[in-house]
Amino acid sequence: MHDAESLIEAMAGQLRELLAARGITEPMLVGIHTGGVWIAERLRQLLGITAPLGQLDVSFYRDDFSRIGVHRRVRPSELPFDVEGRHLVLVDDVLHTGRTVRAALNELFDYGRPASVLLAVLVDRGGRELPIEAHVVGARLTLPLDQEVQLTGPELLHLVIQQTG
Amino acid sequence: MSATHFQLDPQGRLLHFLTIEGLTRRHLTDILDTAESLHGVAERRVKKLPTLHGKTVVNLFFEASTRTRTTFELAAKRLSADVLTLNIATSSAVKGESLLDTLRNIEAMQCDMFVVRHEQSGAAEFIARHVKPHIAVLNAGDGRHAHPTQAMLDVFTIRRHKPDFAHLQVAIVGDILHSRVARSLIHALNILGAGEIRVVAPRTLLPAQVENLGVRVFHCPDDGLRDVDVIVMLRLQKERMEGALLPSEPEFFQRYGLTEERLTLAKPDVLVMHPGPINRGVEIDSRVADGPRSVILEQVTNGIAVRMAIMSITLGNHARPAGETV
Amino acid sequence: MHILIQGGRVIDPAHQFDAVTDLYVAVGRVAGLGQPPAGFKAERVIDALGRIVCPGLIDLCARPREPGLEHKATIASETRAAAAAGITTLICPPDTDPVIDEPAVVELIRRRAEAAGYARVRALGALTHRLRGERLAEMAALKEAGCVGVSDGGRPITNARVLRRALEYAATFDLTVFLTPLDPELGSGLAHEGPVATRLGLSGIPAAAETGVIARDLELIRDIGVRAHFGRLSCARSVELVARAQAEGLPVTADVAVHHLHLTENDLVGFDSRCHVRPPFRGVRDRDALRAGLASGALSVLCSDHQPHEPDAKQAPFGDTEPGVSGLDTLLALGLRLVRDGSLPLPTLLERLTAGPARILGLDQGHLGIGAPADLCVFAPDADWLAATLRSRGQNSPFIGWELPGRVTHTLLEGQIVYEA
Repeated sequence: MHDAESLIEAMAGQLRELLAARGITEPMLVGIHTGGVWIAERLRQLLGITAPLGQLDVSFYRDDFSRIGVHRRVRPSELPFDVEGRHLVLVDDVLHTGRTVRAALNELFDYGRPASVLLAVLVDRGGRELPIEAHVVGARLTLPLDQEVQLTGPELLHLVIQQTG
Repeated sequence: MSATHFQLDPQGRLLHFLTIEGLTRRHLTDILDTAESLHGVAERRVKKLPTLHGKTVVNLFFEASTRTRTTFELAAKRLSADVLTLNIATSSAVKGESLLDTLRNIEAMQCDMFVVRHEQSGAAEFIARHVKPHIAVLNAGDGRHAHPTQAMLDVFTIRRHKPDFAHLQVAIVGDILHSRVARSLIHALNILGAGEIRVVAPRTLLPAQVENLGVRVFHCPDDGLRDVDVIVMLRLQKERMEGALLPSEPEFFQRYGLTEERLTLAKPDVLVMHPGPINRGVEIDSRVADGPRSVILEQVTNGIAVRMAIMSITLGNHARPAGETV
Repeated sequence: MHILIQGGRVIDPAHQFDAVTDLYVAVGRVAGLGQPPAGFKAERVIDALGRIVCPGLIDLCARPREPGLEHKATIASETRAAAAAGITTLICPPDTDPVIDEPAVVELIRRRAEAAGYARVRALGALTHRLRGERLAEMAALKEAGCVGVSDGGRPITNARVLRRALEYAATFDLTVFLTPLDPELGSGLAHEGPVATRLGLSGIPAAAETGVIARDLELIRDIGVRAHFGRLSCARSVELVARAQAEGLPVTADVAVHHLHLTENDLVGFDSRCHVRPPFRGVRDRDALRAGLASGALSVLCSDHQPHEPDAKQAPFGDTEPGVSGLDTLLALGLRLVRDGSLPLPTLLERLTAGPARILGLDQGHLGIGAPADLCVFAPDADWLAATLRSRGQNSPFIGWELPGRVTHTLLEGQIVYEA
């Protein structure tokens, strides 16, 4: 159940079917730092995609800047391709409130206008605060509010459930 | 409370950016790393981040400056802040309004940040001590005392080319006495552990006991520039001739100017820097200013990302309740 | 009124008197010491047990700001503050507005002080007309009007020829000249030229701005033989120069402002405008040399250099503020701190605040001889107090917030109680 690697293989399968159904032949994978990038790298290999990965650090787009300021470990976002008119697959490790994905979408659209954006997540833990849903989900979990699930890596990926705080 | 600690909150986070003195290596590298991640914004279709959306930044320039003012304006706008620019030299201060009254009037307009440039040393700190606590104050240059954002963009530029500070030899040449750029840069380089910092100038342009700042003094560029990794040329102002500090610009250029010949004294991969605006043929030969070793224009570009980083960090710290760490 | 000040330690440095005894005041004079004079009937008894009784302090340099700068302070407000601090005579330099270069201004000051009735204010007349350093002022008339000396009022005469003639003219009328040892060009900076000014980016005032002028002036004094007094030394080297001149027999004296004995350039950190003073606070070595000079007598007077300011004058970036400390309230207390630190004995401190200035001014004051005007100060030397709000109109003091020793309990002026705690 918490075996991340096999969940990612399952995601790859779902994604393959979805891309075929939509007739998308050259998807661009964009991972959200840090866990989303690890997963996107795996997916890229599993799906045999040759195009480079995009990476997003959404710190400057977070809606809670007024509360918590700039995050210490901010990294540069890198999209080594033109977003304009492309089909993107946004990849993240955990989908919870939906705010990170909203921030990522805002950032992506500041780069250009994609043709479409699919969302693939390793874990959907519920607790949505915005109208956002993933197209591809590795596993669904229901967790109490005082617990969180984290992905550890980068060599061997593991899902860990722990108390918040 | 000591001067240099007034800009930090009890948890040691930046609330204002007044001077490099008293900051830790961590403070500086956080700014440099954040600036690195902001650097690519200028290449995007939408050259903006929503980070300071809804915030108002006021440029309070008591000393005129087009170039610094526009880079701060651009930095704030690229973070989606609203920007208000006040050139006080031409407005109420001339009518005799005291600095404090000017501040109170602007405060009444509900602002979040003041970017201040003033001809008196200590002005930025004075303003920071007298404004409401929620306002962040950024020093854009106060008299001879400090120009911390310039120092940050200078070390950011150096780091991009020569990241190993421990073995770095830097020469700062020119009017050290009047230079806030020099003072801030010397502090930053010392905090980052630079190998050696040299100041090169005639005696009239060196402040008393300048070695106390952590520098080696040279009166002759032929010794001072030997084998250095970075040369920072400072601007020479015309008033220095009137103040009997120097006889003439030609003599200064002859003895201290950065010519192609003098450049060969330094390491082959030396960086040539200048805070601008440059006086061609006074501090620096055009061929060097425009040559392959010059990173002067890069400094200007880097200035925007660095200022965006400093604005985000200080305003972000004002928002954060005490006790929360990231 | 007959007043008995009972059981205090009476210290009269002028007569080398230091003993616990009773002091009798009658008809505004010191009438007896130890024994009541004939026919004395105490109408008022002041219990001075455990307290010091000394002559009222004479502040050799204090600016009540009147006439001309009444928005900063007035003779009434400042003499009232002086009385509460045990000071019974203030010497006012001539840089008022109008300048004290006419008898009418001397008279105005005298009358205002008398009307307020808290302390004496004596004036120093100007050396030059309007203190411009060009034409001589009418020094003879000023002396006649009551000036106790002549001075450059903090605006040193830069033309050496004019200076020489001014000194000669003053000497003609047996006037003591009070000089400010400062070269205005070399001394045009904001802080002591040293590592702190370098770090803070403040323009520096080198020691030579003071010592160079003293050396030059000493040569003129040597030639002319005028009695000269240098005001507010700040450098170690200045003390040396004055001491050497005194050893040679030149009629030279000097004073130091009490704040220079406590603070140094290091106190400027933070750009605290309350530390913006002229001459500037210098290095630790200088401060220590000034203390030693006061103890040895090379510096014969301790003064406050009182310069009260309105708040606006100090609430601006350092270089935009006006220099000066409001010093009346803390003169005695800061002096007592030196005694506590062991820098000098109590009787010596009191000498520098009473007999010393009186001697230089040629006044029959500052002592407790029988028949002397009863200008007295009674204070508790070990009563500490917190300097919070100053009594002076000017709150510009870097010592606000300090715990200071010595609480004045009574001040008498000409036998009248002008202050009682």
